[in-house]
Amino acid sequence: MRTRGRVLAVDGDTAVVRAELYDLRVTNAARTWRPGDHVELESQQVLRVHGSAPTPGAEVLRMPRRRLDLLRARAKALAKVREVFAARSFLEVETPLLVPAPGLEIHLEAVAAGSGYLITSPEYQMKRLLAAGFERIYQVCKCFRANERGAHHASEFTMIEWYRAFDTLDAIIDDTEQLVADVCHALTGKPEARVGGRTIDVTPPWQRITVRDAMSEHAGIDVDGTESAAELIDKLRAWGIECAPDAAWDDAFFAAYLARVEPAIAALPHAVILHDWPLPLAALARTKPDDPKTALRFEAYVGGIELANAFDELTDAAEQRTRFLGDQEARRARGKPVYPLDEKLLAALAEGLPPSAGIALGFDRLVMLATGAEKIDDVLTFSADEL
Amino acid sequence: MYDTSDIRKGLKVLMDGNPFTVIEFQFVKPGKGAAFTRTKFKNLLTGAVIERNIRSGEKLEPANVETKDMQFLYREGDDMVFMDQTNYEQVTVSKELIGEAHDLMKDNMACVLTFFNERPVDVQLPTFVTLEVTASEPGVAGNTAAGNVTKAATVETGATIQVPLFIRVGDLVKIDTRTHEYNERISK
Repeated sequence: MRTRGRVLAVDGDTAVVRAELYDLRVTNAARTWRPGDHVELESQQVLRVHGSAPTPGAEVLRMPRRRLDLLRARAKALAKVREVFAARSFLEVETPLLVPAPGLEIHLEAVAAGSGYLITSPEYQMKRLLAAGFERIYQVCKCFRANERGAHHASEFTMIEWYRAFDTLDAIIDDTEQLVADVCHALTGKPEARVGGRTIDVTPPWQRITVRDAMSEHAGIDVDGTESAAELIDKLRAWGIECAPDAAWDDAFFAAYLARVEPAIAALPHAVILHDWPLPLAALARTKPDDPKTALRFEAYVGGIELANAFDELTDAAEQRTRFLGDQEARRARGKPVYPLDEKLLAALAEGLPPSAGIALGFDRLVMLATGAEKIDDVLTFSADEL
Repeated sequence: MYDTSDIRKGLKVLMDGNPFTVIEFQFVKPGKGAAFTRTKFKNLLTGAVIERNIRSGEKLEPANVETKDMQFLYREGDDMVFMDQTNYEQVTVSKELIGEAHDLMKDNMACVLTFFNERPVDVQLPTFVTLEVTASEPGVAGNTAAGNVTKAATVETGATIQVPLFIRVGDLVKIDTRTHEYNERISK
């Protein structure tokens, strides 16, 4: 609920003003309130204003009570996250946010800061910690991605990232399911998430679907990952899915994915693990030993919200260098800034990264799911617009 | 040219020769995919709404659309005449363009007109207008029990609206031009 008032009086220089409520919006309510409507208040609205006392007539924007409740819920969720990781014997780590070589992924833009960049995710440094000998590590930190702003995106957001050395994606799936169920339970009293007025069951274990099955079932498209972009675009067009004729393979894939697969997954009343991604979408994942066309990667979806992305980590330094160089080339070709290679990460891989699996989970989105907040801005202390 | 970061409600763009205004937009970005903006546009000429996904990096052409503050002067049959107070130029607009709210228009009302290639394509009225009630039956006390808490009233512009029973001829009432709904009584 957001309330705005007009200042009617100022009590001396105490900077306490009384306001008459004149604009009230109630989200999730059956009716729309309009100025002039009569409302009942629990108590007289008192606005506390810092700094100099405002002159009568000045407008004051108050942080709405609903927002304060969400921020309290956020703190509770964070405490639960730390509890879950402690119970699973994870070590909490803090890696630098300011780095010389940010993530090279073609679709992520780093924010430049000083002589380097702010991290788009802490994965490079966390992998170096795995190579250094830690086996179970987690981190809750800010990440920065330029030009991302929407109901589920903020340029500055909070990530929970964790890794398990000598373990596989099955263990990471188990961690994810338990973490989400426990946080939702702590806030809603049940292993249920709330999205757009619906409740989504997050009781472990979650349904698992391969990307190929999801694409063939919901988009009617057989994706192999070895077909050309043109072949994939032809398949899309046959099913009436809008796609630019010159789209790259991954853009064509996501056109079909977002048009058909994501809405179908969003409609499910339970959480989903979407696993086994086609090789062109491997990113930093290892390929399946018995199926070189498939990457050991999964994404966790709850009520249509993409909550987390996990890899069975690529540990081969030579293969990693080849992919990084490919990413740099792709960035150059698309006229995007080309970030330097993280040679220290490559050196750590060459020295020996144990077989590991890791995941990045959006904490703000988790809070949204556990509270039913509709916009990421609602669970942030101050959104970009409020600074 | 605009790019996706310029997209906001009310942005006017030219697509396939037609002027559109953005009415809704949503930032979409799969974790490992390219960002785009799922955008709903309203055709300023036909009112038709279309949805398009605008990829990051894609350019949008600005439409030669201009908005002007104008004053409503008078009606002439089915037409409405407005004046630009900065240069006293007059513009005639058909009442269809204004839509249902045309019967709430009062002389001297400040409106915002949108022009595409110099031609008026949209008229925005103030959200609220205050009008005098010129005719209405007195409220009958017993009617409230039956749930009839409103009655019909005619206002100075000729429009008929539903008002609470206590409203009398000569009262000034505030009306929402989007819905024709009574909002409140204005004390004189």
